[in-house]
Amino acid sequence: MVDCDGRAALEEIFRKASQENRAVLLPYLTAGLPDPISSLELFVAMAEAGADGFEVGIPYSDPLMDGPTIHEAGLAALRSGTSLGGGLEIAGAVAKETGKPVIAMSYVNPVLRIGIEKFATRSAELGISAVILADLPVDESAPFQEAFDAAGLGTVLFVAPTTGMERLRAVVQAEPVFLYGIAEVGVTGEREEASQRVGDLAASVRSVTDIPLVLGVGISTPDHAARAAAVADGVIVGSALVRRVLDAPDVASATESLSSAVSDLAKAVRV
Amino acid sequence: MTTPLPDGQGRFGEFGGRYAPETLMPALLKLEDAFQSAWADPTFHEELGELLRTFVGRPTPVYRADRLSTQLGLNLLLKREDLAHTGAHKINNTMGQALLTRRMGKPRIIAETGAGQHGVATATVCSLLGMECAVYMGVKDIERQALNVYRMELLGAKVIPVTSGAATLKDAVSEAMRDWVSTVEDTHYIIGSVVGPHPYPWMVRELQKVIGEELIVQLDGSSLARTPADVIVACVGGGSNSIGVFHPYLDEDVELVGVEAAGHGLETKEHGASLVAGSPGVLHGAETYMLQDDEGQVREAHSISAGLDYPGVGPEHAYFKEAGLARYVSVTDSEALEAFALLSETEGIIPALESAHAIAWVLREAESLAGKTVVVNLSGRGDKDVDQVKALNG
Repeated sequence: MVDCDGRAALEEIFRKASQENRAVLLPYLTAGLPDPISSLELFVAMAEAGADGFEVGIPYSDPLMDGPTIHEAGLAALRSGTSLGGGLEIAGAVAKETGKPVIAMSYVNPVLRIGIEKFATRSAELGISAVILADLPVDESAPFQEAFDAAGLGTVLFVAPTTGMERLRAVVQAEPVFLYGIAEVGVTGEREEASQRVGDLAASVRSVTDIPLVLGVGISTPDHAARAAAVADGVIVGSALVRRVLDAPDVASATESLSSAVSDLAKAVRV
Repeated sequence: MTTPLPDGQGRFGEFGGRYAPETLMPALLKLEDAFQSAWADPTFHEELGELLRTFVGRPTPVYRADRLSTQLGLNLLLKREDLAHTGAHKINNTMGQALLTRRMGKPRIIAETGAGQHGVATATVCSLLGMECAVYMGVKDIERQALNVYRMELLGAKVIPVTSGAATLKDAVSEAMRDWVSTVEDTHYIIGSVVGPHPYPWMVRELQKVIGEELIVQLDGSSLARTPADVIVACVGGGSNSIGVFHPYLDEDVELVGVEAAGHGLETKEHGASLVAGSPGVLHGAETYMLQDDEGQVREAHSISAGLDYPGVGPEHAYFKEAGLARYVSVTDSEALEAFALLSETEGIIPALESAHAIAWVLREAESLAGKTVVVNLSGRGDKDVDQVKALNG
C-alpha cells in the first residue's frame, strides 16, 4: 500500500485556496542555505508568514535552468555540506516541522545516480509531496513518473511561453500534480518588469485543462505575484527570496527579511 | 549495414535523449526538423560542399609520417585536420550549423569554447555570413588561450567570460545553455561537439563525418598504393573529431581507438577520462558517461589541453564503448607533452595538445602496433598551445 498523504496534502492546498478564491504561495529556497540547521528555521519563519507550501531546491553543481542567484546558493549549500541526501532530509524536515506540503526540486542526474526508485521511496518516506526536475521534459518523464506515482509522489511538469498547443496537450495528458508555468523565457532570476506573457500562457492552459497552474521564474515582487495570482492557481517566488538570504549578514536578519517578504507576497496572492 | 543511429528519440542504445528545460524543447524539436530537411536537400549540400572546398580547404590531406614511422616501426598516417581553415576540424561543424541558422532565419549565434578552436571557428563563419556572435569561455581558458580570444575579437565576436565552477569548458557550456534558455526565439546555439540534447550529437556527427568519408576514399586511392588502415586513433574530449573519423568506419574491419585525457593520472581524480574512468549519468542534456560523485554532483575535469578538459562525452561514444565498437584509452598530461615535442621535432608539425594525446598513445603502444597502418586524426594545430607549453618548459 502506498502512502499518498504527501501528494494529497499538496492537492488539498489548491482546493482550499480555490474555495477562498485566491492563489497559493509557494516560496522557494535552496536546502542547506546558509547551513543545514538554519535552513529549516528559515522555512519555519516563512510558514508562519503565510506560505502555503514550499519548493525546496536540492543543491546541484550544474543547474542549467537556474540563473546566477540560485546557482550561487546551490554552490554555497554544497560547500556547507548539503548535497542530494542532505537536501532531501531538509525537505522532509520542512514538511514535518511546518505541516505544509513540500515539493523537492532537483535535476535529473542526481536522481539517476541514486536510482529513480530509491529516490522516490526515500522522498515519500520523508514526507515530500511532489518532485520537480528542471531538465525533465514530458518526452523523457515516463520512467520517472511511474516511480513517483508508485511511491505516492506527485510529478510536476513544465509549460513555457514557447510551448505550443500540441506539446501542452501532451504535458496535460501525462497528468502532473500541477503545471509549472514558466512566466519568462529565461532562467530563474529576479526581474524588474512583470512578465507580459503569463496571460497568454494561462489562457492556453485553461483552454485545455483544470490541472492547477503555478507560475514561477522572474516573479520577484508582490506586484508581480498579484498579477500572476490573478491568472493562475499558484505562484512560486525563488531568486528574490534566495537573494535576501545570501545578502543577510546573519541568520536572524535573514529570517526577519524573509518573514516580511513572504508576508507581503501572501497578501498579494489574496487580492 | 548497421542500424541507423540515433533512433527517433535521439537514443544511441540507452544513451543520448533530450533532457532539457521545457523552454528549449520546442527549439530542439524545430532544430531537428530543420536539420533533417536541410540534410535531405541537395542545394544545402551544394552550398556547404562549395564552402568546405573553397573556404575551409577540404578535403584535408592524408600525410605519411615517414620519419616517425621508421622510428616506431609502423606505418603512421596523419589525417591533417590541422590544415583546415582556422586550424582544426571544428569548422566542419560550425559551417554547417551557421548555414542552417541562416536557413532557420535566426540572426544571432552563440557558442561555448574550451581551447578556443570552436569559438574561433564559430566567429569565423559568423563573420563570413554576417551574423551576430557571442562566445562563452571560462576565465581559466581565457588565460591559457589568450591568442584565440584575440582572434575571436578580430573576427567580430563578443567573448563572454565565465567565472562559475572551474571556469572551464563545462561551465562555458552551461552558461551558453542559460543564454539560450533566455534568447531561444532569435538565437541558435552552435554546440562545438557531439554532446548536448538530441539533435546535437546526431547533427554534429553528420557534419563531422566528412573526415572519415574522405579518409576512406583517400586510403582507397590506387595512385599511391596505400594500404587500408588497421587502426584509427583520435583524441576524445566531447568526441566530435573522433566520431567524425570513426563513424564511417563502423562497418569496416578497422580497430577504432579513442584517447581520453588522463590528466595527472586516473588515480588522482584530476583527469578528463569520462569513458575510461566515469559512470553513466545525464550531463548537458544527454545520458552518457561522465565524471560525478556518489550523489550525482558533476566533478570537475582536468587536462593540460583545454579541449579535453570536460567531464562528459558524446552519447554515441558511450554507446560505442558499451557495444564494443571502439576501444577507449587514456594518456596523461606528460605523455601528451612528450608527443607534442616529438611530432614537432620529427615531422615538422606542431600538433594541438588535444591531438598530441592521440599521438602519445601510438608512441606508448608502438610495440603492439608494429608493422600496422595506423591513422591518427590530427584534429588541430598547436599554435594556440605554444605559449602554454613554453611556460611549462620554463
